[in-house]
Amino acid sequence: MKPAVQPGGSQRFGAAVRRLSGAARNLPPVRWTQALLVRLGVRGLRGRTAVIAVPYLWLLLFFLVPFVIVLKISFSEAQIAMPPYQPLLHWAGDRLADIRLNVNPGNYLYLFEDSLYLRAFANSLQVAALSTALALVIGYPLAYAIARADARWRAILLMLVILPFWTSFLLRVYAWIGILKSNGLLNNLLLWLGVIDHPVVMLQTDFATYLGIVYCYLPFMVMPLYANLEKMDLSLLEAAEDLGCRPLRAFISITLPLSTPGIVAGCMLVFIPAVGEYVIPALLGPADSLMIGKVLWTEFFNNRDWPVASAVAIALLLVLVAPIVYFQRLQGRASGART
Amino acid sequence: MKSKTSLARLSFLVFGFAFLYLPILSLVFYSFNKSRLVTVWGGFSTEWYGKLFENEPILDAAWLSLRVAAINATGATILGTLAGLALARFGRFRGRTLFTGMITAPLVMPEVITGLSLLLLFVATEHAFGWPEGRGVSTITIAHMTLTLSYVAVIVQSRLASLDVSLEEAAMDLGARPARVFLLVTLPIISPALISGWLLAFTISLDDLVIASFVSGPGSSTLPMVIFSKVRLGVSPDINALATIMVSLVTVGVVIAGLVTRRSVRVRQRDLEMAAGVH
Repeated sequence: MKPAVQPGGSQRFGAAVRRLSGAARNLPPVRWTQALLVRLGVRGLRGRTAVIAVPYLWLLLFFLVPFVIVLKISFSEAQIAMPPYQPLLHWAGDRLADIRLNVNPGNYLYLFEDSLYLRAFANSLQVAALSTALALVIGYPLAYAIARADARWRAILLMLVILPFWTSFLLRVYAWIGILKSNGLLNNLLLWLGVIDHPVVMLQTDFATYLGIVYCYLPFMVMPLYANLEKMDLSLLEAAEDLGCRPLRAFISITLPLSTPGIVAGCMLVFIPAVGEYVIPALLGPADSLMIGKVLWTEFFNNRDWPVASAVAIALLLVLVAPIVYFQRLQGRASGART
Repeated sequence: MKSKTSLARLSFLVFGFAFLYLPILSLVFYSFNKSRLVTVWGGFSTEWYGKLFENEPILDAAWLSLRVAAINATGATILGTLAGLALARFGRFRGRTLFTGMITAPLVMPEVITGLSLLLLFVATEHAFGWPEGRGVSTITIAHMTLTLSYVAVIVQSRLASLDVSLEEAAMDLGARPARVFLLVTLPIISPALISGWLLAFTISLDDLVIASFVSGPGSSTLPMVIFSKVRLGVSPDINALATIMVSLVTVGVVIAGLVTRRSVRVRQRDLEMAAGVH
């Protein structure tokens, strides 16, 4: 006998899941995990297995599964409800065969239709690339000078590079507002020196974004460069000097090529996070700045369009997957060489 | 010739550190400014510090952030140590490539992606299982732990990789079980790495704006969220005062840590020399 009011398919599915997890809900998470593992046949969970399993499960649950969910939502349709997207699986009738797949590639097509997104991606890559180059130009001499400084000073100088990293990122970006604004420090200094005769607009420009990224990510550039330059075999340089090579030439033909791994690692550490940067363009950049991190933020918080925001996130990930994998290879090789 | 290159190196150092520190020093300097216009000097005053400690939203947010940071750092250190141990000592195991990938990816992943994906997870689990009931301290802590356990794992792994395994082997030869060896031999040796991992996890959590904005709920604003909404409207002198307090605390902490490590290095060196002398 059928009930008078047939509940919707997806509701019934949800109820089933809730019933299944009903017992689990009353257990503390630890016992729940244990019970689950025993059910799965993972008995004698101790020692080695436990050491691997605990962080492994954590990362699977809170790092990998979320990406699957983002991927799923990026293919679903937006709706005005909570949560604001339609389910991918749709129960049209009451049999298992009545499952309808509701896959919607429209969000991705939309990214191509509206030129805003493509321009934002291009602009983010450009801003990140130029900032990385600037950070290299400023960071390399600094790393070089620290690595060649007297051994007694090296640890202190290195600590001085890392110290700003321990203070708040947000407050370091904030510092530049006071410096760059129209009646800020830099304008006042330039006016006083007579370089300019009226304040120049520096805050809320692309220039300010570049400056902010270079400033905040400089320690990430200096650290791998220093690590590389510090362990370099100096006898090569001495040999070059003995053979009559001038210092600048020795630097260009010996030090620079040997420090390539450090340069690559430093550039990756600046470039990858800079592409998706939100705080710096939001505080220092122009109001209409097209940085993809900002676009994603606006799409999510202001437009409340979760599917499009998810599609932007997946697209951003696809853009960054090549440099990320390359960086991981590099890290793997470095740690392999160390052991 | 020699002096020319060392002069160049000195100028690199001066320029580099001026770039790194002048903005921070400007924050500190203007926190003692009487004028409300942050960058116009109006005489020395500490009134903004007083104002800061009367600002309820900032104090509440600071307390929330400190709690989240402490729980996060402790959890991330435990999980990160296990992960670092697995990576450094267990050789090849099934799924190692995926594991390594999941450890290193959060280090460079744009924060907007991490934040969005975790929020969507929490929304989905709340919808399906009724957990978490609303978002707040617990969701922010879980999100931060996921991010910062990677940092701890990398630190612990590199410390373990540079560690002589013969001590652990000796303990095992003498009949100690692996868990005992870890607790009595490995853990004390890597404790400096654990402390720096804890502090790093604490700082990252205290500093995070983007991920916290995604996974926090109404009524649970962290300190960076409050600062961000204030700073968006322009400079404000009490934020300068807050920055000065944070910079001083960090500086004192880093200097103490530096002195302690230098001392322990010296002690270890002396021990080694004495051991060599005995032989």
